[in-house]
Amino acid sequence: MAEELFRKAFTIYGGNFSRAGESSTEIKEILKGLHIDNTIIRRSVIVAFEAEMNVVMYASTATLNFIITDEDICFEILDQGPGIADIEQAMQEGFSTADDELRAMGFGFGMGLPNIKKNSDHLLIESDVGKGTKLSARIRLNPDASP
Amino acid sequence: MRLDEIKNALQCEILTKNNDLSLVEVDTVLASDGMSEILASPHPGALMVTGLTNIQSVMTANFADIKAIVYIRGKVPNENTVSFAQQKGIHVMATKLGMFDVCGLLRQYGMKGVI
Repeated sequence: MAEELFRKAFTIYGGNFSRAGESSTEIKEILKGLHIDNTIIRRSVIVAFEAEMNVVMYASTATLNFIITDEDICFEILDQGPGIADIEQAMQEGFSTADDELRAMGFGFGMGLPNIKKNSDHLLIESDVGKGTKLSARIRLNPDASP
Repeated sequence: MRLDEIKNALQCEILTKNNDLSLVEVDTVLASDGMSEILASPHPGALMVTGLTNIQSVMTANFADIKAIVYIRGKVPNENTVSFAQQKGIHVMATKLGMFDVCGLLRQYGMKGVI
């Protein structure tokens, strides 16, 4: 069983583009301060940032739990939002329900969830349409270790 | 290609301060207005070319370990965004040229593309 070394919870607000990405920026600083490998940091913050932007774009609010164990970096994002009706479809590159206004902000091109998947060693998405989505992602500190 | 050479080739205005651009070299370009497109092909130390000027453009560069951003089509990010870039050590410049011309010129100078 992995030993938990650090935990911090962030609240993310839907529609708040002026502060979107602040949690992920702080997460990067925390990981840099722990002298974690740059590739692991980059993969982790891409997961965190894409998940944060998904909340800002689609949900009303969410809690992002950032956990570091002796084995991995974990993100648990629980949002209150519309949910995802077809998760398999949402995971396809290019699939998006974003409107032009969101795309004008530089996001909503159907790459967010695929980027999260690509940079995670383990990803689980559970969704309840009309209520919200729970996304759990893990990035191993030692990529060569068994999952 | 050094950043001072890029500044001259693209007729850029430098927005971040206290930079010795001749000390920073890049060989790869990520060009897109879609930030997830940039994050889909991270290339540490690359140059990002974009028309998106919000603070998330600099955050994307920070997360992807990008060294410098060229904003195109005469777009200039606000003071807060430039200040954030400065704080993160990301060099920021702006050109009046469009995406096609910027990428074409950089290609002529031997820069490689990722996306």
